[in-house]
Amino acid sequence: MSESVKTGKSNASAIGSKKTTDQSVLPIEATNDFVVKFANVNGSGSASANALFAKSVFRMGVPVTPRNIFPSNIQGLPTWYEVRISEQGYTARRAGGVDFMVSVNPQSMADDVREVRPGGYFFYDSTRPLDIRLLRRDINYVGVPLTEITNRAYDDARLRQLFKNVIYVGALAALLNIDMGVLEQLIAEQFAGKKKLIEPNCSALKLGFDAISDEHSCGLRIEKRDLIGDQILLSGNSACGLGAVYAGATVAAWYPITPSTSVAEAFEKYAGKLRIDPDTGHRNYVVIQAEDELAAMGMVIGANWNGARSFTATSGPGVSLMTEFLGLAYFAEVPAVLIDVQRAGPSTGMPTRTQQSDILSTVYASHGDTRHIVLLPSNPKECFELTAASFDIAERLQTPVIVLTDLDIGMNDSLCDPLEWDDSHTYDRGKVLDAEALDNIERFGRYLDEDGDGITPRTLPGTHPEKGAFFTRGTSRDEYATYTEKGDAYERNMQRLLRKWNGASEYLPAPIEKGSGASVGIIHFGTSVAAVHEAIDQLAHAGIGADSLQLLAVPFHDSVAAFIDKHESVFVVEQNRDAQMRTVLVTELEIDPARLQPVLYYDGSPLTADTVYTKIVEVLGKASVSASTSTTTIAGNSDTAAGD
Amino acid sequence: MSYQKPTFRHPQLPRNGLDLTRSSYEGLISTLCAGCGHDSISAAVIQACWELDIEPHRVAKVSGIGCSSKSPTYFLNKSHGFNSVHGRMPSVATGANVANHELTYIGVSGDGDSASIGMGQFAHVVRRNLNMLYLVENNGCYGLTKGQDSATADEGSKSKSGLENPFENIDLVGVALEIGATFVARSFSGDKDQLVPLMKAALSHRGFALIDVISPCVTFNNHHGSTKSYDYTRDHIHTGNIVDFVPARSEITAHYDAGDTTLVDLHDGSSLNLAKAQPDYDPGDKGAAVNALLKSREKGEILTGLIYIDTTEPDFHEVMSLGAAPLNSLSQETLCPGNEQLQKLNAGFR
Ligand SMILES: Cc1ncc(C[n+]2csc(CCOP(=O)(O)OP(=O)(O)O)c2C)c(N)n1
Ligand code: SF4
Ligand SMILES: [Mg+2]
Repeated sequence: MSESVKTGKSNASAIGSKKTTDQSVLPIEATNDFVVKFANVNGSGSASANALFAKSVFRMGVPVTPRNIFPSNIQGLPTWYEVRISEQGYTARRAGGVDFMVSVNPQSMADDVREVRPGGYFFYDSTRPLDIRLLRRDINYVGVPLTEITNRAYDDARLRQLFKNVIYVGALAALLNIDMGVLEQLIAEQFAGKKKLIEPNCSALKLGFDAISDEHSCGLRIEKRDLIGDQILLSGNSACGLGAVYAGATVAAWYPITPSTSVAEAFEKYAGKLRIDPDTGHRNYVVIQAEDELAAMGMVIGANWNGARSFTATSGPGVSLMTEFLGLAYFAEVPAVLIDVQRAGPSTGMPTRTQQSDILSTVYASHGDTRHIVLLPSNPKECFELTAASFDIAERLQTPVIVLTDLDIGMNDSLCDPLEWDDSHTYDRGKVLDAEALDNIERFGRYLDEDGDGITPRTLPGTHPEKGAFFTRGTSRDEYATYTEKGDAYERNMQRLLRKWNGASEYLPAPIEKGSGASVGIIHFGTSVAAVHEAIDQLAHAGIGADSLQLLAVPFHDSVAAFIDKHESVFVVEQNRDAQMRTVLVTELEIDPARLQPVLYYDGSPLTADTVYTKIVEVLGKASVSASTSTTTIAGNSDTAAGD
Repeated sequence: MSYQKPTFRHPQLPRNGLDLTRSSYEGLISTLCAGCGHDSISAAVIQACWELDIEPHRVAKVSGIGCSSKSPTYFLNKSHGFNSVHGRMPSVATGANVANHELTYIGVSGDGDSASIGMGQFAHVVRRNLNMLYLVENNGCYGLTKGQDSATADEGSKSKSGLENPFENIDLVGVALEIGATFVARSFSGDKDQLVPLMKAALSHRGFALIDVISPCVTFNNHHGSTKSYDYTRDHIHTGNIVDFVPARSEITAHYDAGDTTLVDLHDGSSLNLAKAQPDYDPGDKGAAVNALLKSREKGEILTGLIYIDTTEPDFHEVMSLGAAPLNSLSQETLCPGNEQLQKLNAGFR
């Protein structure tokens, strides 16, 4: 911005609203395809006003993806809310700056001004003149005296704080052509239980709307469309909590940690609604806030050992603490469900930023030879479905199942198809012998693999007076759970566990393959999906065809190796530094590491399509140079792209 | 190695109310050192469960890691057991208990398991008043890792190599009292007459019942100079009260001088007749209990007996508002709200 800083005597400028003064830059004109970002102060009540904005776009039938970008702080620090509006349905974070910045936080203004794209709009509170250091010649300023309007309308400090947020939403409605009827309807729904609040909120909205006049102009518009259909807007954490309710989980044990806290909270909320015994008022579930993550995992194991479906939710640091127990559950063959909402790094690090960096620490968690089943949802619907499925899988395979999500999907509302539950589905409780089944067998062998699939029958405590009791321990036991430290018994057991692992993918969701016949293949998972699909469109535009494979689970389905085989250039997109999923692919599929090109992103912000596109083009460019200078042909060239 | 006991039954052996002989309550042959205090505790568990007519398969045994934590193998062979990880038995017990509150839970831990690595979980299971019998088989050392001092080793107690422990000890009885345990007792593995009635009382108590049992490690901590040896314990034991367990619907038969006994009613209809060995002390009074503990400590005595009991506090199950049907027995029909409900929720997400 340095070239646009005006030097002058006074540091303040009463510019009000004005268009770009740099004649070479035209104000951006766009309909249903732009990014609005709100710069707020944490704890100032802006969240619900911002959500109201996003929801109004949704209700106008236009795809919208809001994201919270917030510090590890309760009150006072800057926080942002970035909303991508995309008629094409792109939901990844968009690179290249913001089209419309709603700047209501003086603290972060300097940074916020810088983030606006040339030709974009900077909306600010013009009650006081703007610091001239914030002036850029290539952007448009939209000044609305928010504080003045608010103070005139309200005496009470609390009301001023509250309604100021609603007032700017009203102003945005006028500027961006949002239907006021839609906003009023949303307010009416939000306060359905507190009708008294509807009218004051609607009039605050009107105050903002009326503050916009002809002197303000904005080339960004939202036009009603019918592009949403029956889709919903939901956070991944809510979906996971709800999935656990639907899966019949009865015991949730957890320890608070961002960004996973709202999983347990969602479970409690929905269970509180849907799981109270109508006759007695007793709960058909329990939520235990444990003393730490070790205890949370211990409780989950104890409950599952005793036949209650139980889960915990945490983030990376919690996974580290649960690691000893995860190993025990693997060896002792006790089902367990762990939802890991990944964040960036340890300790004070960046707990409120997103990453996919717990892959190795979950897949290979613990000591001894251990491998764990990991499920990889990419949107709220998949969060719901895979969480629900994880309980069936855990009980079928008698082992921990880790649902790996991240902050981006977990804590933000995103668009997805409506949730569905197949009422004809019966829970798979796995091989559990009841008293009658025990009566019908000669001798119970807890670890006796009669079916050859590595999965052996278990019994629950208290089942039968004479048969079926056994002692659960990590290792050192034979097929009948009798204590032994004999090497051959240990080896047999380990081989059986491997057999179970090798057969596991039969019970796991298959990867989703898109496109066919291109020579470039992109493997991705979790929240990278949106950026990858958008990047594939960009690549097609540049004449490069690419297929994609979305992983939904580890261990891998056969189709993963097949996908790698049939593509000349294979990229693995992931949000970590060390190419962790690539390591797992190389190890589990025993393939040449050179076959997999890493596309890595790990600054803590959500992945953009540009990052994926740029990296792929760069690698393919190098490859085609080396192809022309050597005899090896590495593909990814434009002639495969036709029609993609 | 696995040990299987001969199943020979003598027709004249005494039977309990379930028509079971004591052998129905036994476990595998112990692999602990001959004379280890832990084995006497296992024998007391067998006796207590048999006398209480508990169905063996309706007991769940949970433990951490240590010689002590191995001992659930040596009693109640018809019960499920879970030898979990070091210091974390309380959490496993908590999960198991909320899944099915109808079983009887016996947790076995060691002083290392509970007072060092597992101190946090110990404290929290006490706070939750989880309905279980929690046995600490306290030998003042880490038996399984060959005798290092544990946190319950008394200051000045000598290790086998003659080194004095320089640190204050942690008394789990005192800790439990402080953080709200509802049944706190101490006993000695060598005093079966005291231990068995205490266990019966603990098993009948609704809520968390701690028995800290001094249980000498004959191999690493039974020498002269150790304050957890058989000799030292016998010489310094002080019996605070004598517990006479009175099963439900039976007559109180023991007779003590009036004024010296206290009757405590338990939730299952049984009661405890407590004969005070120390006249000025009522185990229903927490202040008095703490006092008695401190006083005996000052005098270098080991206070045993039922040190404190509170039968009024709700247990974890009740606090969490759980119903009579165990969570693990609820059907899919009860638990799954179904698609129609989900579609209503979807409407709220639009
Ligand atoms: C995480 C972990 N750390 C250390 C150990 C090693 N370990 C096994 S038993 C034990 C101490 C047991 O002492 P205590 O609980 O007093 O039992 P005791 O053998 O004396 O009965 C230790 C340190 C372990 N099993 N796990
Ligand atoms: S080492 Fe000590 S605690 Fe362990 S079995 Fe032997 S005597 Fe008992
Ligand atoms: Mg010990």
